[in-house]
Amino acid sequence: MKYIDEFQDPDLARRLLDDIHSTVTRPWALMEVCGGQTHTIIRHGIDQLLPDQVELIHGPGCPVCVTPLEVIDKALEIASRPEVIFCSFGDMLRVPGTGRDLFQVRSEGGDVRVVYSPLDALRIAQQNPDREVVFFGIGFETTAPPNAMTVYQARRLGIQNFSLLVSHVRVPPAIEAIMQSPSCRVQAFLAAGHVCSVMGVSEYPGLAERFGVPIVVTGFEPLDILEGVRRTVRQLERGEHTVDNAYPRAVRPEGNPAAQAMLADVFEVTDRAWRGIGTIPGSGWRLSQRYREYDAEYRFSVTGIRTREPAECRSGEVLQGLLKPHECEAFGTLCTPRTPLGATMVSSEGACAAYYLYRRLDITTASLEANSVV
Amino acid sequence: MCLAVPGRVLDIEERDGTRMASVDFGGVVKEVCLEYLPDLQIGEYAIVHVGFALQRLDEESAKQTLELFSTLGMLQEEFGDPWELAAQAGGSPLPAAGIDTAQEAQK
Repeated sequence: MKYIDEFQDPDLARRLLDDIHSTVTRPWALMEVCGGQTHTIIRHGIDQLLPDQVELIHGPGCPVCVTPLEVIDKALEIASRPEVIFCSFGDMLRVPGTGRDLFQVRSEGGDVRVVYSPLDALRIAQQNPDREVVFFGIGFETTAPPNAMTVYQARRLGIQNFSLLVSHVRVPPAIEAIMQSPSCRVQAFLAAGHVCSVMGVSEYPGLAERFGVPIVVTGFEPLDILEGVRRTVRQLERGEHTVDNAYPRAVRPEGNPAAQAMLADVFEVTDRAWRGIGTIPGSGWRLSQRYREYDAEYRFSVTGIRTREPAECRSGEVLQGLLKPHECEAFGTLCTPRTPLGATMVSSEGACAAYYLYRRLDITTASLEANSVV
Repeated sequence: MCLAVPGRVLDIEERDGTRMASVDFGGVVKEVCLEYLPDLQIGEYAIVHVGFALQRLDEESAKQTLELFSTLGMLQEEFGDPWELAAQAGGSPLPAAGIDTAQEAQK
């Protein structure tokens, strides 16, 4: 347990780990859904502190990573237009589309701006009535309510020069798709805490029952992850599969009803393509008919753009937990943060980026050792 | 982007018919929309994501999380200059066109 002194409360971390070690009797595979959790796990070496029988599989919960290539290409197309101010969160700047990214569009003269909040984009629209302001609305259930509120406000305030390029995704259908895959090895889920802060936990009991998997709502800090794993392993060892909340300080069972009501007003559920994975039924949101005039895809006629992902990129398998990032042939060679093939390598929450950032030396040493044997 | 950070409400005002607050994230102050937590009061803590308060948090756990995020450099990732971060990631010079930051948008 060489890293344990770095924990905020090393004694508690040790007690949680001891409990996990003494509980485990056989191998279990747990998927952490959220990319933020993946980074905490890798950064703190939590996977190495756990018993060998407990395997953490990284899930598809990085919104940047799962945004389909064709949506990135639509963003690049819209952002290149002279009349457009294209607003985005910073972590989309380096996500590769076909041949370029938003960072390059800006270098070529496109008016790409980074905002902290979608409401900042709305303010830019108010300040620039002669321009078209487009906000790149990606993200899971945590980001969708802010974006929904922004469109609602645009309509309420009569702001005509604002629109949203929407690619929102929902977690429960992704869990369902993962469990239905014939190659699925996942036996339990650490559910993403902040998604549940908004949505509550009501979508999960049906999934836990149907697939016989424990689902434990888990936070993002190292101790939160250990507690989530501890509760999950206890259930698995007892043969239980219930929904448990290990993050009660931020998650109430009912979630945030005001946010849910806004989502239901502004968005409607739709099938959504996930980068590297394919289309998952009912896994996304788009603007509902009442708000369609704020949909940038229609306003800028880019609905027809279709693209193909690079064959060398195996991020789809990484996102489904079928492959660890460093098992990909392109990892660290063809594909690095400077020359990313897929979004999992550039996103601050991507699994490949986490492995590259925190494991690079280990992997280099390991591969050097492997090579020196020859 | 997915990081939601706890912050403390410093003051509250109505703007364009919307309840907004100044929120302190361990020294960085941002404007935050309170429409999803309309009864949040000055001095209280909440989990904030992309400028929206999403769930109330007690003071002790909020402070612990902020301290941890600060130690790990995650506040810098969340509130630092995104163009610089992107330029570093890609090993490219900063694009010259225009000026903008979230701070500018908040003016």
